[in-house]
Amino acid sequence: MVSENYEFVIKRKTEHGVSRQDRFLVPKKKISTVLEGLVYISENLDGTLSFRHSCRMEICGSCSMEINGKPKMACSTIAGSLGTGTIKVSPLPHYEVIKDLVVDIEPFFDKYRAVKPYVIRNNEDKPSSELLQTPEQFKLYEQYSMCIKCGLCLAACPISGSDEDYLGPAALAAALRFNLDSRDGGSGIRLEITDTDEGIARCHYAGECSEVCPKDVDPSKAIQLLRRAAISHELKKVFRRGAKGGK
Amino acid sequence: MEIIKEDIIIMGGGMAGLRAAISAAERNPKVSVGLVSKLYPLRSHSVSAEGGTSAVLNPKDSYDLHSFDTIKGSDYLADQDAVEEFVRIVPEQIYTTDRWGCPWSRNPDGTISQRDFGGLSFPRATFAADKTGFHVMQTLFSRCQMHDRIHFYNEYFVTSAIIEQSSFNALTAINLKTGEFVVFQGKALIFAAGGAGRLYQFSTYASSVTGDGNAIAYRAGLTLKDMEFMQFHPTGLVPSGILITEAARAEGGYLRNSENKRFMEKYAPTKLEEAPRDIVSRAMMWEILAGRGISDEHGDTPHIHLDLTHIADKLEERLPMITEIAKKFNHIDPAEEPIPVRPATHYTMGGIEVHISTETQVPGIFGAGENVAISIHGANRLGSNSTNECLAFGNVSGIAAADWASAHEIPQLDRIKAMIEEKRIWEGILKNGSGESIARIREDLRTGMDLNVGVLRTENELARQIRNINSLKARYEKVTVEDKSRVFNLQLQEALELGFMLDLAEVITIGALMRRESRGAHYRNDFPARDDKRFLKHTIVNYTRDGPQFSYKDVVITKWQPAARVY
Repeated sequence: MVSENYEFVIKRKTEHGVSRQDRFLVPKKKISTVLEGLVYISENLDGTLSFRHSCRMEICGSCSMEINGKPKMACSTIAGSLGTGTIKVSPLPHYEVIKDLVVDIEPFFDKYRAVKPYVIRNNEDKPSSELLQTPEQFKLYEQYSMCIKCGLCLAACPISGSDEDYLGPAALAAALRFNLDSRDGGSGIRLEITDTDEGIARCHYAGECSEVCPKDVDPSKAIQLLRRAAISHELKKVFRRGAKGGK
Repeated sequence: MEIIKEDIIIMGGGMAGLRAAISAAERNPKVSVGLVSKLYPLRSHSVSAEGGTSAVLNPKDSYDLHSFDTIKGSDYLADQDAVEEFVRIVPEQIYTTDRWGCPWSRNPDGTISQRDFGGLSFPRATFAADKTGFHVMQTLFSRCQMHDRIHFYNEYFVTSAIIEQSSFNALTAINLKTGEFVVFQGKALIFAAGGAGRLYQFSTYASSVTGDGNAIAYRAGLTLKDMEFMQFHPTGLVPSGILITEAARAEGGYLRNSENKRFMEKYAPTKLEEAPRDIVSRAMMWEILAGRGISDEHGDTPHIHLDLTHIADKLEERLPMITEIAKKFNHIDPAEEPIPVRPATHYTMGGIEVHISTETQVPGIFGAGENVAISIHGANRLGSNSTNECLAFGNVSGIAAADWASAHEIPQLDRIKAMIEEKRIWEGILKNGSGESIARIREDLRTGMDLNVGVLRTENELARQIRNINSLKARYEKVTVEDKSRVFNLQLQEALELGFMLDLAEVITIGALMRRESRGAHYRNDFPARDDKRFLKHTIVNYTRDGPQFSYKDVVITKWQPAARVY
């Protein structure tokens, strides 16, 4: 007989650092998503469970966690589609656990901040019209502008797991997003930050980041494009030097 | 007790809060800004805004037209001087955010594109596909990274505001990560903490939108205005309530009942599906009440179909997010099947009373966005008039707060009040309690609000809900927080939020009972007509120990005399 319940197995940690695993039975007909399962547990079975959630429509990036061994958003993971009666939920790996499923996401945002993720332009007065940008120009960076800062990519990245100084997939994709924006003039400045040992050089193109990204941002491809741009920049420098030497 | 001092304190990291922070920092680089939010800013509900933001960018459009659409949409309860200021200052915000990288959707020639929206007489909804809120939020957050004088206090849950001698004294808060009690002091305060829609069960709102900003301001002595006007968006996805943008209808989508017939012609003969939200929501409820709702595998509660199959070619470029949502959450491909929808709470027209300058009645305390009623929305906000408000008046409030902070000092902390609040939380709510469950009280509150203070209201049901709220308040006295730990105590936060929600539910329901007319989003079956003689007035409410005290205030009318509202 098919069980009427999902068995949630949740890896937890108290504020004093004590780890344990708890099991909860959640009626299948009461929930659709894994997040709804966690809310059900907190409202009916154990009010001490801590986890982050907000929009429940996969746009705010709050409820990132590990579900059945894979970094996922709890709100958009349909419990029934996992294909298992037991649903294992753990905090996101590669982050420090604060309590239960809540991790310290601060390092993720520190890396983002480090790549100067904003349009860099010379100061200008109050604008009275837009800067022209064709739909084709938008398409160049569209994919990379869809990042919801959920941090799943960093949890999936094998390099980020062992090297905490590595800028990581999301920050590098954010750098490319601005480099490719026709309104931006900062790609040279960002190149100095990303073309480093702890930047694009560190990536092994394992592709795990792109696999787990809920918004198809494809950071792995972004890093390849950044590397290509860095190489062509270097070549240009060499040619320029060569041309000068010739004269 | 830790005391954190900044020149300006902003409560809320959504669109209005981020915009205010940038404007303050750019107005005066010496000023420090503390942005206090119970979430990380990008987790704010603003990221869920979808369809568009109205701005007069086209020479064929005009400020007067945008004003008139807004005022007619408000059922003449908007303050017309505020509306005229609003429409004038919005366009600059579009161009500014464009400079900062917002990917506004474009025409082939590279200029910014605009589309139609409910209740507009000119297609002036500026948009970033159907992720407008998301992209504007990313843009503002990104711009904040340029300013090292903007300090983020993420995951600090504000519990109260202390106002002393008619000036801002402090915010009290819990640092969720450590469980420490914290006091924020500044020369100026900006309320930008959003709406209160999670007082209801079926809602497009994020779970975090519990009306904290409104309730905290109200308890501290600030005036709330027009709180009974809660907007129901016609197309909340069944059963989750996730927003399906109005742009789906503006791009040509149809609403169909159980007989597979379009029905809007009966209710809005000219605008049809593109009538304002209050009108479409009522029409859907009337269809459902007449037995023409649909019940199927998506929900037992009768709903309506949103049919986009005939505009399948537009989905990928113009409506990608809702297409993805329908597929991910309901396994529906909108190109082939209709989407199940019904009205869901979506916007809180009421809020803290502020002047056009964004100042509250307490000098040095400002407010912007959904948290306030500057009164451009009156009884019904037009779709595409919220994110522009956050940008326009967020900017005004940031500049005003920076100027205020340049000329004032941080006051002496009212330590006694702060200590009383600290005790209320740790000695009171965390320790007391005798068995009442947060979740059960909250659920009873929400289902009661859905049932009794919904799209269609009557005296009996409203009176019943007031009795419900009184008994829920009595139960709340005994509410138990099972989690006794300090760090990330979600339950403690939820208990405090529930207290806010109960206060606001009372204000909303009594306001709705007292308004014996129908106007905008507030519809009374027993008083179906608008009554300008008695109720062309704002509802004003103040906190007293004995409960809310109500009064009324005239609406500001400049050029547009109230007229019949036909679409």
